[in-house]
Amino acid sequence: MSQLVWNGLFVGSFYALVALGYSMVYGIIKLLNFAHGDLYMLGAFIGFAVLGAAGGVSAAMALPLLLAVLVLTMGVTGLAGVLLERVAYRRLRGAPRLSLLITAVGASFALEYGMRAAAGADPRVYPVRLGGTSVEVLGARITLQQLALVAVAVVLMLGLNLLVTRSREGRAMRAVALDPKAAALMGIDVDAVISRTFFLGSALAGAAGVMAGAHYGKIDFMMGFLIGLKAFTAAVIGGIGNIPGTMLGGLLLGLLESFGTFWLGGEWRDVFAFGVLILFLTVRPTGLLGERVTERV
Amino acid sequence: MTATVPQGTPPGAPSSARPRGAGPRSIASRLMDNRWAGLVGLAVALLAPFVNATPYALSVMTSAAIFVMLAAGLNIVVGYCGLLDLGYAAFFAVGAYTSGVLSTRFDLPLVATLPAVLVVTVLAGLIIGAPTLRLRSDYLAIVTLGFGEIIRVTANNLDVTGGPSGIYGIPGLTGGPVSMYYVTVLVVAVAVVGAARLGRSRLGRAWRFVREDEDAAEAMGVHTYKIKMAAYVAGAIWGGLAGVLFAAHLSAISPGSFTFLQSALVLMAVVLGGMGSIRGVVVGAVIISVLPELLRDLADYRFLAFGVLLITVMLVRPQGLWPARSREVAQ
Repeated sequence: MSQLVWNGLFVGSFYALVALGYSMVYGIIKLLNFAHGDLYMLGAFIGFAVLGAAGGVSAAMALPLLLAVLVLTMGVTGLAGVLLERVAYRRLRGAPRLSLLITAVGASFALEYGMRAAAGADPRVYPVRLGGTSVEVLGARITLQQLALVAVAVVLMLGLNLLVTRSREGRAMRAVALDPKAAALMGIDVDAVISRTFFLGSALAGAAGVMAGAHYGKIDFMMGFLIGLKAFTAAVIGGIGNIPGTMLGGLLLGLLESFGTFWLGGEWRDVFAFGVLILFLTVRPTGLLGERVTERV
Repeated sequence: MTATVPQGTPPGAPSSARPRGAGPRSIASRLMDNRWAGLVGLAVALLAPFVNATPYALSVMTSAAIFVMLAAGLNIVVGYCGLLDLGYAAFFAVGAYTSGVLSTRFDLPLVATLPAVLVVTVLAGLIIGAPTLRLRSDYLAIVTLGFGEIIRVTANNLDVTGGPSGIYGIPGLTGGPVSMYYVTVLVVAVAVVGAARLGRSRLGRAWRFVREDEDAAEAMGVHTYKIKMAAYVAGAIWGGLAGVLFAAHLSAISPGSFTFLQSALVLMAVVLGGMGSIRGVVVGAVIISVLPELLRDLADYRFLAFGVLLITVMLVRPQGLWPARSREVAQ
């Protein structure tokens, strides 16, 4: 039982990290960035390349090295997100929503199969594998490395929340999300704020990618597809556009999946998750913490 | 105001929807407007086996015709009504599996399974459309994506659908590949004409109104929820019937045929040809289904090229290769 809860929270913290980028981008330009899951994949591969370049790693140094790689990868993935927005999305900002969505689907395809062309179709094995000692907490077996990964995820999320609620940049973001035109009139550089939002969201996805690579040990070019869907589900459950809500949604989805797998068997896990999504959209489309949005004409 | 701007054209991009007769028109543009274009296309499809009737060519052409039907169905949802459906292969799968399971379990001819296929696909359309069509339209995109996965995973896990290896030995519609090709072409032609006629009907006008401005449509008394549901269910029916043709053509189906890739390719055909333009969509579908056969050597880069092409089309020519002429503007 407590093992199920722990597994759920562990997977849920990955979902939450990826879902945050989804949610932030949606909050600020009302775009479902389909390519977001592929930025997670990109992060995993960048981390793989950096670790490969660093050479052999002793087991004792694995965790500190991984943290350094994590920071580096976050920077690169963030820049990739900024580039994506600049190339594919910015010119279409005034265009109908459908054009933007289709462009995002195209970007997702380009990233997936671009990576396939660059790194091959076969899964790659991560050079660092976190395993090791485990402790028992309330009957759940928890490895220290899992604990470390969750701690990193929590720190990243708290940092993001501080950034958005307390800093000047965060205030600008919230202003643009509320009303881009008025924000521009108040002297906020809207394009720069959107770029920064993409940077933050993509960096978090990249971090999740490296962590997933280190934990599961295998990465491939399609790994972002399913987690992109799951992250969206998490964002909808929590309330898309709402940062604490999205974190909550991620953890909740992780728990739901963990218990769903236990009850129904692993092969039905994804069906269960999307079933929950559809149910949620029927009952409470604004999510747990989302506010009711009135569409302005 | 927005009603005169064709869907998919960003402000500032060159608009091709100038009113008919305003200014000189190029030869290409006049050819595109030619009313015989559809019949010429049908004639080409009917005469193609006389040029090349190897089993391989016939198989490719039959697949292309089925793909045209899929694109025509998705065009109703995406092109006419402006709802982005990313799980269209789900309806294709529902149709193929329903006819496949019924015909192999109960030894029915495929035609006898059609009523059941219609009922099941309409039900599937209602189940997935009912909760999502009330919401913002971009939620629909992801929910349909999830729905596509649900259908594929379910087909993969159930015993009745044969699990990962699928269903074998589905009876064909006709005796041989040549007659199968002609039956397919005729069914697809009827489906394409039907979709075009639907698009020009009262319902089609309402669809385009919803696409251009949902709030204005609602204010004018269009029941937008019902209208969107009609588009979604129509798309489901087209997809389901295409699935029956698919099952008859290949005689074996497996979950691998109904991945997200398939949905994305159909969408690609619609976008490339021109959303809402039935002629464009047919041309787009033929290009998308035949091009990979011609580009076998580039197999690894095919989908990369597709992705880049989607972005480029949206940035450079959002109205597609053969855009729809807005009839409302002309009057």
